[in-house]
Amino acid sequence: MSFYIASSPHAHQRRTTSDLMRIVALAMIPGIIAQWYFFGWGVMLQIILAVATAYAAEALCLQARERSSIQGLRDNTALVTALLLAVSIPPLAPWWVIVIGVAFSIVVVKHLYGGVGQNLFNPAMAGYVVLLISFPVQMTSWLPPVDLTGNNISLFESIHLMLFQYTSQGYSVEQMRMVDTGALFDAVVMATPLDHIRSDLSQGLTLSESLQAPIFGGIAGLGWQWVNLAYLAGGLILLQQKVIQWHIPVSILVALAVFAGLGSAIAPDTLPGLDIHLLSGATMIGAFFIATDPVSAATSNRGRLIYGVLIALLIYVIRSFGGYPDAVAFAVLLANLCVPIIDKYTKPVTYGHGKGRSKTAGGGH
Amino acid sequence: MSFISGLLIGIAALAILALLSGVLLGFAAVRFRVEKDPVVEQIDSLLPQTQCGQCGYPGCRPYAEAIANGDDINKCPPGGQATIDQLADLMGREAKPLDGAHGVEEVKKVAYIREDECIGCTKCIQACPVDAILGATKQMHTVIADECTGCDLCVEPCPVDCIDMIALQQGPERWKWDLEQIPVTNVSESPTELATEVKS
Amino acid sequence: MSQTNAISQASVAYFSGDDLARNRDEIAAGKLWRFPGGIHPPERKELANQRPIARMPIPKRLYVPLKQHIGQPGALLVQVGEQVLKGQPLTAPGPNAGLPVHAPTSGVIAAINDHPSAHPSALPVPTIILDTDGEDSWTERQPIADYREHSAAELIAHIAAAGVAGLGGAGFPTAQKLSAQGKLDYLIINGAECEPYIVSDDRLMREHAAGIVRGIRIMQHISGIEQVIIAIEDNKPEAIQAMTDACSGQAGLSVRVIPTKYPSGGERQLIQILTGREVPGNGLPQDIGVLMQNTGTAYAVYRAVIFGEPLLERVITLTGEALSRPGTVWAPLGCGVEDLLEFAGYQGYPKARVIMGGPMMGFTLPRLDVPVIKGSNCILAPARKELPTAGTEMACIRCGACADVCPASLLPQQLYWLARDHDHDGLRDYNLADCIECGACAYVCPSEIPLVHYYRQAKADMREQYIEKQKAEIAKERFEARKARLEREKQEREARHARAAEARKQAQAEREAAAAAAPATDTTDATPAAKKPNDRIAAAVARAKAKKAAQAAESSPEPQPEQAPMSKDDRVKAAVARAKAKKAAQAAESSPEPQPEQAPMSKDDRVKAAIARAKAKKAAQAKALQASENSEGKVSNKPESLPDSSNSAQAADPAPEATPGEPSPSRNKQGSDQ
Repeated sequence: MSFYIASSPHAHQRRTTSDLMRIVALAMIPGIIAQWYFFGWGVMLQIILAVATAYAAEALCLQARERSSIQGLRDNTALVTALLLAVSIPPLAPWWVIVIGVAFSIVVVKHLYGGVGQNLFNPAMAGYVVLLISFPVQMTSWLPPVDLTGNNISLFESIHLMLFQYTSQGYSVEQMRMVDTGALFDAVVMATPLDHIRSDLSQGLTLSESLQAPIFGGIAGLGWQWVNLAYLAGGLILLQQKVIQWHIPVSILVALAVFAGLGSAIAPDTLPGLDIHLLSGATMIGAFFIATDPVSAATSNRGRLIYGVLIALLIYVIRSFGGYPDAVAFAVLLANLCVPIIDKYTKPVTYGHGKGRSKTAGGGH
Repeated sequence: MSFISGLLIGIAALAILALLSGVLLGFAAVRFRVEKDPVVEQIDSLLPQTQCGQCGYPGCRPYAEAIANGDDINKCPPGGQATIDQLADLMGREAKPLDGAHGVEEVKKVAYIREDECIGCTKCIQACPVDAILGATKQMHTVIADECTGCDLCVEPCPVDCIDMIALQQGPERWKWDLEQIPVTNVSESPTELATEVKS
Repeated sequence: MSQTNAISQASVAYFSGDDLARNRDEIAAGKLWRFPGGIHPPERKELANQRPIARMPIPKRLYVPLKQHIGQPGALLVQVGEQVLKGQPLTAPGPNAGLPVHAPTSGVIAAINDHPSAHPSALPVPTIILDTDGEDSWTERQPIADYREHSAAELIAHIAAAGVAGLGGAGFPTAQKLSAQGKLDYLIINGAECEPYIVSDDRLMREHAAGIVRGIRIMQHISGIEQVIIAIEDNKPEAIQAMTDACSGQAGLSVRVIPTKYPSGGERQLIQILTGREVPGNGLPQDIGVLMQNTGTAYAVYRAVIFGEPLLERVITLTGEALSRPGTVWAPLGCGVEDLLEFAGYQGYPKARVIMGGPMMGFTLPRLDVPVIKGSNCILAPARKELPTAGTEMACIRCGACADVCPASLLPQQLYWLARDHDHDGLRDYNLADCIECGACAYVCPSEIPLVHYYRQAKADMREQYIEKQKAEIAKERFEARKARLEREKQEREARHARAAEARKQAQAEREAAAAAAPATDTTDATPAAKKPNDRIAAAVARAKAKKAAQAAESSPEPQPEQAPMSKDDRVKAAVARAKAKKAAQAAESSPEPQPEQAPMSKDDRVKAAIARAKAKKAAQAKALQASENSEGKVSNKPESLPDSSNSAQAADPAPEATPGEPSPSRNKQGSDQ
């Protein structure tokens, strides 16, 4: 009779990395559905392309690094990266945009840094920033929500647009973005709510004037508010499933609300309030899905709070005073950079090493 | 003229600078004099102090001095790769594999004298670099296992070959959690041998 | 007992006056603190806690390791074949408060040898193997009827002699713990038993609450601690009830129900829960005025004092779904795990796990003939699917789940990276030593990294390196000392030679002046101290012959220093033969040319050697005679290569034994001759 030898503990919670990542992916479903509903088939096509690219890139990298590709592919981290990037880019962006972005995320940001667990930056956001800087036109060509344009782009047209940037009838993406405002102009190129505010403010309009635009039909922009709320719901599922800790999302949202509240109190004409900040752009997906990426986030609870506040501050500052309308990606990447130092200074005090306690011990270290 | 004066000024300035530097260096040499080469001390403290001489030097300290003077760091078999790595770290050199010409890394051993064969010649006592062998002329010798560094130097001089280098017995206290090395034996197949003495 | 206001030294350092008073008030009010982290693994206690503690038939054979506690084992008191009685000490108390072991039952010592130990490695340790006779007849016991009449020191000695060690797992000698200096605030009785599956303390508290309380009283008497807190996790209502009943009406005793959370039963964690105090990093509980004992230990103290019974048995939980009759049992110490499993109806299967201890901190046994010892509390035999083994180790994703559950507030993932890098300085910086190896981090790790295993290996490496460092330090010292000694001796020898030359000149002058009849038969040397020239001449001649003979016998082309046989024939013969063989081997190795006489030397040589031996013996006798007359050995004319030249120690007294630190003169001589 032979025995199985193992080191303790012999009991395990058995919730593996793949399980966690799968739950993250599932929790994104409400948000994805909302995006699909408001922005059409593009998002679904982007997801398919992104996931395929991610798995291909992951397999190639694992092969090249002589790692077990089956085990590597099963951990679902590539899936989450692909999903995050796919929902972040304009739904009708050309197909090669997402392919380049995902390939960059997986190959450069993840594997060149040493693979899962070693990457300094959030792969999806690093990929996003690379795309944003490299292809600014394609990356800002967001469609207005369906209920504003009224024209529902079919699946076929979406594919056509993604492949050739023209519909089968020859309309360009720019034309697809036209919204009949019925007011000053016949039609304007519609942007995201945050884009809209930014360009209006730069043209000398006040905030309240800008908010008159048709896209601000609801609380914080048609479509976008629901997408954000959907991601909030997904985030709550993650919290409930204990996949993420509350510290990062709560600190981001609370800090962002505080900054936005203060800002709009000081300068109501130029700084949007907390409704816009919380429910527009990528705030919710950023707070619950992007900033909580365990690999690139701070690790102690205190560190997570600081990390969250830092992200919120960066989001607010860049949105209000920077050159880009939204800022989650930049904020997360900059905060990623600060993680080592945050971790260093938020190292928890080990049991028995507290202040004044080592003196009874005859001097600990 | 101005060229000459410029030249002179330059020379003068350089000379003054040189003088100042010389004074400064001279002062520093006296004031901050280092009695010994501290690097040698540090190297020495990394060496295993078996004093076995396998490196080709008569003891660990001479080898430490040699390393400080540029000798290779991979000549110490008792220290093995761990010592080489530490030395590489200290000296800022590349860690190399152990030089096989000086021996191979082995499990730690201690000398053991088969006492009923010992003729009491004291040769091993003379050879032992750390005085870890007890005995007197025509008296049986024995090794103080705790003090033995396993250097092997006593084996050669023994005229009757009664010294063995035996692997150090590993007790549970110093077990290194190597699960792969646990002998999984079939209980029913290994009859317990009943000895009559407690082995130490 | 005036310690109501007596503030322990350590507590003062820990709290300033007001804080301490407030802290004590809070403790008195029953406040519970919480420790960081912790997990809630499935408890699975119902498996074994349903039935009363059973008694097993005495096994045929017991394996009693000499050391079952933290400390040093004592010297053996028994021999193989000896009949021993139950409770008879088998070893003496070890040095430094080491504990003795006792015969758990009567029988005959079958053997004393190395036997696999109750240790993760199962490496063999010295063990007394006892064949039981089934009589279970007691040796004379020495109960203490009224412990109050005895001083603390007497009781501590009694408890030590009874071999009582902490039964919670670590096995620290109880007597040593009880003899801690200084007034302490609280005696904490640890009945938390937080580890899943284990129910030994639970059952013991249910069934022997009164005994435990009496044990507590005894320990109170010894340590002079007034406040006793009995801590039990809230998942043991029956035990809580039993202990509350037993404590009712007893001043100073309080039962404190603590929330179930692993590892609340860890010493440091329990202290934190009950007092809010933290044991300093490299300190002890007594540094903050706390003494902790396990419930089982309290019961063992009770049995030892009131009944005079040494620690011979303990409650062991036999649990797991591979057992058909799980439960608790009074197991004699030294009982093989095999016997226990058989008693509990073990259904083995290939590649089974048998765990000594609980699922979180226990270790798997590679074989089943290991004995249970004082610190063993559970044998867990899970069914195949019961405790899933860890999956494949995957990359750390820095999720920080491990840090969230660490009860010591360490950063397990950081320690993991450092351990993988063998960065011992970094590990020290991150306080690896404070890891209690509770396994909470590895339990939650989504990448299924065996974190604790990494820490254990790193700790072992660091310990090993520390030991090696110490040894190197000592070796260096000894090497330096030896060098200094050789140098000193060289100088002394030179001085002596100068003196000897002086004396020789003088002697020569005297001799010439006396105009002796025989003009110098002894041409070799003049030995100043020589008294009997004839003997010396005889000796010299014999030696010369012996040498010649030996050289003749030595067939090797290189002239070998031959052994001058000194002692028993056969031994020398063997020695010489070996030496020759060795030389021959060396010669063969070093010189390519064949040496014709090497191989067949044996018989021929042996004859020659025998002749040489006979002559040498004569010489030796002569020399012995001479040596007995010359209190100052000298004879510097001996060929240096003769091993017995050591006999010619010039220095005064040939020390019988050379201590390394203070080398003997004979060795001095030898060293300097080289």
